[in-house]
Amino acid sequence: MSSLAVRKAPSAAGATGASHNRPPLRGRIALVPTIGLLLGALYCLLPVAWVVIASTKSGSELFSTFTFLPGSGFTDNLHDLNAYRDGIYWQWMANSALYAVLGALLSTCVSAFSGYALATYRFRGRETLFNVLLAGVLMPPIILAIPQYLLMAKADLTDSYWSVLLPQVLSPYGVYLARIYAAAAVPSDVVEAGRMDGASEWRIFTRVALPMMVPGMVTVFLFQFVAIWNNFLLPYIMLSDDEKFPLTLGLFTLLEQGANTPALYTLVITGAFLAVIPLVALFLVIQRFWSLDLLSGAVKS
Amino acid sequence: MPNTKRRRLFVRSAAATIAVALGATALTACGSSDEDSAESGPVSLTYWTWTPGMDKVVDLWNKGQGKKDQITVTVKKQASGDTLVTKILTAHKAGKAPDLVQAEYQALPTLVSNDALADIAKNVGDAKAKFADGVWQQTTLGTDAVYAVPQDIGPMMFYYRADLFKKYGLTVPTTWEQFAATARTLKEKAPDTDLTTFSANDSGLFAGLAQQAGAKWWTTSGDKWNVGIDDAATKKVADFWGGLVKEGAIDNQPMYTPAWNKALNTGKQIAWVSAVWAPGTLTTAAPDTKGKWAMAPLPQWSNSENVTGSWGGSSTAVTTDSKHKEAAAKFAAWLNTDGDALNALAKESGIYPASTSAQLSGAFTTPPDYFSNQADFYTTAAKIAKTTAPSAWGPNVNVAYTTFKDAFGAAAKDKSDFSAALAKMQADTVADLKKQGFEVSE
Repeated sequence: MSSLAVRKAPSAAGATGASHNRPPLRGRIALVPTIGLLLGALYCLLPVAWVVIASTKSGSELFSTFTFLPGSGFTDNLHDLNAYRDGIYWQWMANSALYAVLGALLSTCVSAFSGYALATYRFRGRETLFNVLLAGVLMPPIILAIPQYLLMAKADLTDSYWSVLLPQVLSPYGVYLARIYAAAAVPSDVVEAGRMDGASEWRIFTRVALPMMVPGMVTVFLFQFVAIWNNFLLPYIMLSDDEKFPLTLGLFTLLEQGANTPALYTLVITGAFLAVIPLVALFLVIQRFWSLDLLSGAVKS
Repeated sequence: MPNTKRRRLFVRSAAATIAVALGATALTACGSSDEDSAESGPVSLTYWTWTPGMDKVVDLWNKGQGKKDQITVTVKKQASGDTLVTKILTAHKAGKAPDLVQAEYQALPTLVSNDALADIAKNVGDAKAKFADGVWQQTTLGTDAVYAVPQDIGPMMFYYRADLFKKYGLTVPTTWEQFAATARTLKEKAPDTDLTTFSANDSGLFAGLAQQAGAKWWTTSGDKWNVGIDDAATKKVADFWGGLVKEGAIDNQPMYTPAWNKALNTGKQIAWVSAVWAPGTLTTAAPDTKGKWAMAPLPQWSNSENVTGSWGGSSTAVTTDSKHKEAAAKFAAWLNTDGDALNALAKESGIYPASTSAQLSGAFTTPPDYFSNQADFYTTAAKIAKTTAPSAWGPNVNVAYTTFKDAFGAAAKDKSDFSAALAKMQADTVADLKKQGFEVSE
């Protein structure tokens, strides 16, 4: 905090001296926000750094050496994690990937269809439908987990892959975002022009509207992917067979083994570190689709 | 709002169930009425457990006794703790609970009051004879029914650094008074070092200490519950620890944190009030001090007494959703009384068996690796286990435990009055029982 106060002072002094017909300095104005952002970045990255460094420590180093001093046990940890119950960790990783990729894809499709329909077509009850969806955005998914479990039990689907996938396909937030995005990015003139040219509604959607909606849909996909990847409660309630567990649940069972056995801290930490990598990779790969936003905005006059 | 109504209905039926459970006579009737009377053909059972290595123990059954009886058990490994109780209850609401579940003793009344556990009194044979009375009583809830077979127990003990006790010229305390004196002496000799800490992040520890002092937190009279969390015995325990924290004789930081591990590993904390499973925890928490620790009985409230509390321990129960209760009960009894099964449980899972005959056999003839310096570790442990005070759990232990963590956690941090925290724990527990629709006598 003290460094923030110290750095603030010169910028305040600069503000009073602004009358010396100096043009507003970009650097001076950005100083405070930059420091704020840096602090924010530090706040976010410090735990990540902790996980990265802690995953290199062996069991005996974990609590005895300095927190940010890298240890010597990373390969051993990897080896132990790989050996734990014949590599069930990788099964969990594959399950997480399946839930997240398939779930996010399906959810993005549903969001694109319904968002486009809500934005383009006028029909009775459209606003009511949309308001209900908005209410759904405000509803934390945690509240729905148990009712969803009871529903799945009625359909005899509990403890199956479907029980985790299906509830995540409909994302009110995704639909909401898709509608807002479609309304802004797909001009009604373009849709009209398509109709004039005799294109079917399906063709207009897939050939004209969808390409314009891509950046928005990428956002929906990423949101859903991260949400499903990190989801805990829904799979926790739905699944009992640990061969179907996603990473979050698997690591939880490693941590909560009862008091009789030593906690598997090193395995959990290494497992958590490896679980972050796919998310980071996904963001790095997919973020370039966001830049399309600038190009697609040029359609409108 | 319709939610509230349904909840109230559900709760009322739960309350009715426990009333029946306490009535005891009515229950013998419902155990044998349905499908489980005539068992024929192969049966497959699912089993929710958190015990590591349980799949290997179950393999013994599936290849031996189970093969003969055509009963196959599949392990579905779960995470331990209160969350599992919630999960079992949720599954039970949908009629999808597994045939067998592992449950901690203090969770049994909660499960029974929700009608999730079956009475297996008729199917467990002579299992009762294999356990100490105080342990068995926890699975019957004081009725004629049997809701589970005890698996492991956690009699409480006093662990200390033998080398550092010698270095500082301390003797092992046999009473709590001596324990307090030891803490003060240590503070004088080495101000940076603490005898131990008072931690509020595991309620089981405090519950066990209160149990040792003779507290009975939940009892029944007629069809009413009495909550005695702020009884004289518990108050004595709370004031004792609160006093030590306030005067700074012991530390007030929570356990199971990296800082706590470090304190144990570097000799900044030189003792730990724990239970028989402590060697497992110490192995990861304080790896560098292996072979330097020793175990002794828990200090007593008076010289003439010899009792201990219990912290942890669990049982194997059969659910009411199971379609093969008799087969499931047969497996539960085998798992926790058969010599080979118990040996495998000790070897694969590191549990301390509830079965008295197993406590001195097989894996327990030699001390745990971490305590290789104390040859009589398990003979002492078995003697201590016999002195375990009876426990008295109720249908909302989870609520009492949560309030404990919050109220005592804050009190320990602020070094404030522990009896106020205890009063809050009592009030919240009573309020929750009433809210759930139970009758509570004031």
